[in-house]
Amino acid sequence: MNEENEILLLKGNEAIARAAIRCGCDGYFGYPITPQSEVLETLAELKPWETTGMVVVQAESEVASINMLYGGGGTGKRVMTSSASPGIALMQEGISYMAGAEVPGLIVNVQRGGPGLGTIQPSQSDYNQATRGGGNGDYNVIVLAPASVQEMADFVDLAFTLAFRWRTPVMMLSDGVIGQMMEKVVLPPFKPRRTEEEIAKECPWASNGHGIKERGPQVITSLELQPDIMEVRNIALQKKYKEIAEKEVRYETRHMEDADYAIVAFGSAARISQKAIEIAREKGRNAGLFRPITLWPFPEKEIAELSKQVKGILVVEINAGQMVFDVRLAAEGRVPVEQYGRLGGIVPSPDEIVDALMKLP
Amino acid sequence: MKREDIIQPENLVYEKPKLLNDMTMHYCPGCSHGVVHKLIAEVIDEMGMQDHSIGISPVGCGVFAYRYIDIDWQEAAHGRAPALATACKRLWPDRLVFTYQGDGDLAAIGTAETIHALNRGENITIIYINNAIYGMTGGQMAPTTLEGMKTATCPYGRDPQIHGYPLNMSEIAAQLQGTAFVTRQSVHSVPAIRKAKKAIRHAFELSMQGKGSNLVEIVATCSSGWKLSPVKANQWMEQHMFDFYHVGDLKDVTAEKQ
Repeated sequence: MNEENEILLLKGNEAIARAAIRCGCDGYFGYPITPQSEVLETLAELKPWETTGMVVVQAESEVASINMLYGGGGTGKRVMTSSASPGIALMQEGISYMAGAEVPGLIVNVQRGGPGLGTIQPSQSDYNQATRGGGNGDYNVIVLAPASVQEMADFVDLAFTLAFRWRTPVMMLSDGVIGQMMEKVVLPPFKPRRTEEEIAKECPWASNGHGIKERGPQVITSLELQPDIMEVRNIALQKKYKEIAEKEVRYETRHMEDADYAIVAFGSAARISQKAIEIAREKGRNAGLFRPITLWPFPEKEIAELSKQVKGILVVEINAGQMVFDVRLAAEGRVPVEQYGRLGGIVPSPDEIVDALMKLP
Repeated sequence: MKREDIIQPENLVYEKPKLLNDMTMHYCPGCSHGVVHKLIAEVIDEMGMQDHSIGISPVGCGVFAYRYIDIDWQEAAHGRAPALATACKRLWPDRLVFTYQGDGDLAAIGTAETIHALNRGENITIIYINNAIYGMTGGQMAPTTLEGMKTATCPYGRDPQIHGYPLNMSEIAAQLQGTAFVTRQSVHSVPAIRKAKKAIRHAFELSMQGKGSNLVEIVATCSSGWKLSPVKANQWMEQHMFDFYHVGDLKDVTAEKQ
């Protein structure tokens, strides 16, 4: 476990579990659901409570999992959970409380198709829920979209860094493709869990008893019955979100330098679109890929710039058309913005995407 | 002898608990919550655990418990306090972790969280205020409302054919392997208050000794919800509540071993 840069062949779900142990995660709380159960299974097999002291709890429901996250995060610990779409829907109450009480934590959504029980096959149809807050009230969570097993591993530590920097829940919006596929992964370097003193220093707001005689009692709450005070709290939250939007946008581009057309896609749809771009270029259509890594904050300025460079944009997403609205807002009608997606757990092939790309005017 | 001569530290027989602050409580006259808050504040102080305690407050009348007792708190979503407490205790094993919940929070919306935290044997204490009614929202039927009892949502009395039966959570908790101590107490008289304090202390100590989970139910009054004066509410509780909610220890793993 202590070897630096351990290289393994792993499923995305396994990579998340191993990365969590290596990057100083204090606790995982989860409930089995396909297609993400390997996260909890891997942790149970590796028994990190015997090595790093990381706590692993199988909760009685996703509702309990997210509230364990709320409780643990409120004490200043690095805590995470993972689930898949129907389970994430159940967690929205707790995520809203965490956002309101400004509690950090990592929620991994290995998406499957819906609505309802839907399917256990991959989907990206929780984009709207993830990027619009998802629960009650005015809030956002930072949403990271990994496109490889490597990023599943890398984004665990990044998510914790962002969660504590901004005192906010962070969601890793993955999907059944990335969660289940196996790739070579360079695991992150080992980082010890923080000591009580380090937690007190990093999280002066935490509710864990430490230093109460000097600082006075600390309360983690989203409640305030006085509307004038509650409005001030809401305004402060919105100010924070604006600052996050200015500072934390992440994205990646491929072959955009000479591109006449752009595909905008995230996660596994971006992986498939890479191949589609190669085929399209062979057919004489110079296309490039723009991949948002943060879905919230959304790279709207960058897409606005892109819309000045290209003749048309194809948004590829494994849903009925969700991110396409954000892209259209950013493009402001400068160029046609079309969407291509498949539903019900069907993953589009590169050829289908090429066909859609060739149809752009 | 002048009054000033008598008021001296050596003559002190009683004082307000150090951890109970001067914030004006929002509870109605005659409500049991204030007494239970006082007992918790006393026990934490006497155990010397102020800087090692995490309290989890509920949704319901106890929602503002965090305003009155000077320890660190977290305010849970309705019914979820035992989930928060589970994480706090697992991540901070040397902390005294307890939840403070009403009957709606614990026995209706949070039944799953409560039973599973207790059954996992989490080393926490659940303080459970059972006044058989929803106080905060204005007197609606609770899972613990007695048969025939009138509330805003069963104005003709609780009819099991329509509303089902009152739920006895402590009896359920006592059946669970994870529980160390399950007791039912009340705070309507001085002897009852003394016994309730002893029970809270015992529960807190067992949780710190890692014996398992602990449930301290307090059969309580809600004079506003019951539409009775504080004195009459106490009498009504003795006459009606204790017949169904029997006061006493239901389970104590330390007693069994003796």
